[in-house]
Amino acid sequence: MREVENLQLNEQGQLQHFLSIEGLDKALLTEILDTAESFADIATQNVKKVPLLRGKTIVNLFFENSTRTRATFELAATRLSADILSMNIATSATSKGESLLDTIHNIEAMQVDMFVVRHSLSGAAHFIAQHVAPHVSVINAGDGQHEHPTQAMLDMFTIRRVKKQFTGLRVAIVGDILHSRVARSQIQALNTLGAEEVRVIAPKTLLPTDVESLGVSVYYDMAAGLKDVDVVIMLRLQKERMSSALLPSESEYFKCYGLSADKLKLADKNAVVMHPGPINRGVEISSKVADGAQSLILQQVSNGIAVRMAVLSMTMQNRRGQV
Amino acid sequence: MRIEIINGRIIDPANNIDQQGSLYIEQDKIASLFVAPDDFVADTLIDAQGQIVCPGFIDLSARLREPGQSYKGTIKSETKAAASAGFTSLCVPPDSRPVIDNVEVVELLKDKAEKQGYPQVYPVAALTQKLAGSELSSLYALKKAGCIAVSQANHPIQDLLVLRRAMEYAATHDLLLMFCPQESSLSKGGCAHEGTMASRYGLPSIPYAAETIALMQCIELIEQTECRVHFRGISCARSVTLIAKAKTAGLAITADVAMHQLHLTDADMLPYDSAYHVLPPLRSQQDKEALLEGVRLGIIDSICSDHQPHDVDAKLGAFPETEAGMSALETTLPLMMRLVEQNYLSLTLAIAKLTCEPAKILGLQAGSLAAGSMADICIFDPKKMWEINEASWQSQGCNTPFWLEMMQAKVTHTIQAGKVIYKEL
Repeated sequence: MREVENLQLNEQGQLQHFLSIEGLDKALLTEILDTAESFADIATQNVKKVPLLRGKTIVNLFFENSTRTRATFELAATRLSADILSMNIATSATSKGESLLDTIHNIEAMQVDMFVVRHSLSGAAHFIAQHVAPHVSVINAGDGQHEHPTQAMLDMFTIRRVKKQFTGLRVAIVGDILHSRVARSQIQALNTLGAEEVRVIAPKTLLPTDVESLGVSVYYDMAAGLKDVDVVIMLRLQKERMSSALLPSESEYFKCYGLSADKLKLADKNAVVMHPGPINRGVEISSKVADGAQSLILQQVSNGIAVRMAVLSMTMQNRRGQV
Repeated sequence: MRIEIINGRIIDPANNIDQQGSLYIEQDKIASLFVAPDDFVADTLIDAQGQIVCPGFIDLSARLREPGQSYKGTIKSETKAAASAGFTSLCVPPDSRPVIDNVEVVELLKDKAEKQGYPQVYPVAALTQKLAGSELSSLYALKKAGCIAVSQANHPIQDLLVLRRAMEYAATHDLLLMFCPQESSLSKGGCAHEGTMASRYGLPSIPYAAETIALMQCIELIEQTECRVHFRGISCARSVTLIAKAKTAGLAITADVAMHQLHLTDADMLPYDSAYHVLPPLRSQQDKEALLEGVRLGIIDSICSDHQPHDVDAKLGAFPETEAGMSALETTLPLMMRLVEQNYLSLTLAIAKLTCEPAKILGLQAGSLAAGSMADICIFDPKKMWEINEASWQSQGCNTPFWLEMMQAKVTHTIQAGKVIYKEL
């Protein structure tokens, strides 16, 4: 698709919507990480709150189920002193009559300042951002198989805290790349931040066409793919992948692409293991690895709040200037 | 009524004519070219100085949306748009609501179209009842009622036995099958070409094989059933190769491509802009070039508008949930002239693809300026610049990715059966 005016940035080149990692440069991604760093300490303080977004209303608009993403957005908004309303709108409700745009305009009429949107269709957040009032910001909390940019940024935050920098890093992303919006965002973020190499490890059935064009090297064999990597990111495997003939069975998948302690030994000895959650123990990752010393899985969750606070505050401030 | 068209450059690919001169119309027929018939006194004189006079355009697929979806378009609005764009004959696919699977719908369509006095409308009958792919429509009755061909539109028959029998039955009544090759198990849920762009934007995609497998199956069945088949709206390089091979082997098949496939690729799509959502999807640059070459070499016989007007709401949503199709009648001529300007096609060949070639496919007595032919004529100014906007646009559907673009070439007169059905103000 042709490049056009970047919907995510305001006239000063600042973040006003957060829809995708694609289209954002290294300086901006670093700014998000640095801002998140400044929020990270708040969680350890006695009063876990700052008044940055006092009086602002944020609406979590989830057209698809989510527990952790929704919860961390709620906590992030609360810690910034914003008012937050979470709405679960099953996709079937919209197909019963109200269009996506009508839903948005109705809630917008309640004088809200920001939408955090999760939707099962790629491009939904983009579409909403094109149609909201000028003072409203839109945060993509996952759109179809496109992007999940706050998840990728919390992963980058977690990696940076442990590895200090991206230069020279080899990262392997393992599993269902085809259906993963998280993977698409991570690949963009890692390449933009200057990682040495991004690998994807998966069977052909779980890789998109021309996946190399996203800036990755492809491995079908896990042993080869894990060799010398510094970070291993495991993706969740959905049960329906078996019924749609993409894979024969969970056990065969684990044998080929599951992360066991033995396989992890093939990676660099200081390698860390990540997973966006929720994890399927024994399907994509063994309990020993998930709960092991190299696992950062729970840190990812905690970091999610600081990163989302950063994104909420940055976009809201930049959007406010336009009213 | 006698019309004399003077000073025009008369291009009639069917008769190898490209010459400056006059054309004389008497009643509904062309009386003569270049030399006035004896005692000819014109009631109307059209000065076509600087303009091209050619046969009226014939479109192999234009959805009018009526009956059933008049919020997207009506017979009146869309035939008016067609007339303003130089078309004198339109084939209407069967997927209206109700489907064109019974004589009543055919008569309704023809009656309404005739009342408007715009281009001739040729309904295409549904091959199976309700396009459901299981029971045959009354094809003989539909042919008698005026259907020019049969088709499943974008509702492929899943059961090959049903397809085979339908093709045999169509062949029995010498009906042309317009076949949109699509294997639904491979295309289901897809909205973009399976390639770099779909991967990057996470869009459910449609591989080439969805088209080529259906195409191959149909070609195999043609050999067995001797059904006359026209492949409607092919989109990829591999299909061009397969059709060329079948033609070389002596199979009497024809094919067309939608005009937008000769101009746009998946790389041209603006992020998530539903105006680019079409089926089959916009393919790669390599496909576009192969399609152009196919048109040039005659492997692809005709270029079609594939006109699909939509209401605003149909295109308002996240890309995968929007409806596919472009409103395309009015961009056909300027886009054809772009191909001429870019030296892909000669002017004569380009006009042939919209006139005598589709006429040949349909077995229609049209697309020719020979004396005695029906006076279906398009006169256009190849240099005239115009912008696509609300003032210039006639179709009820504004769903074109070319909206607000400057276009070159504009129709000044459209004459159908000797009557001026469009005149530029």
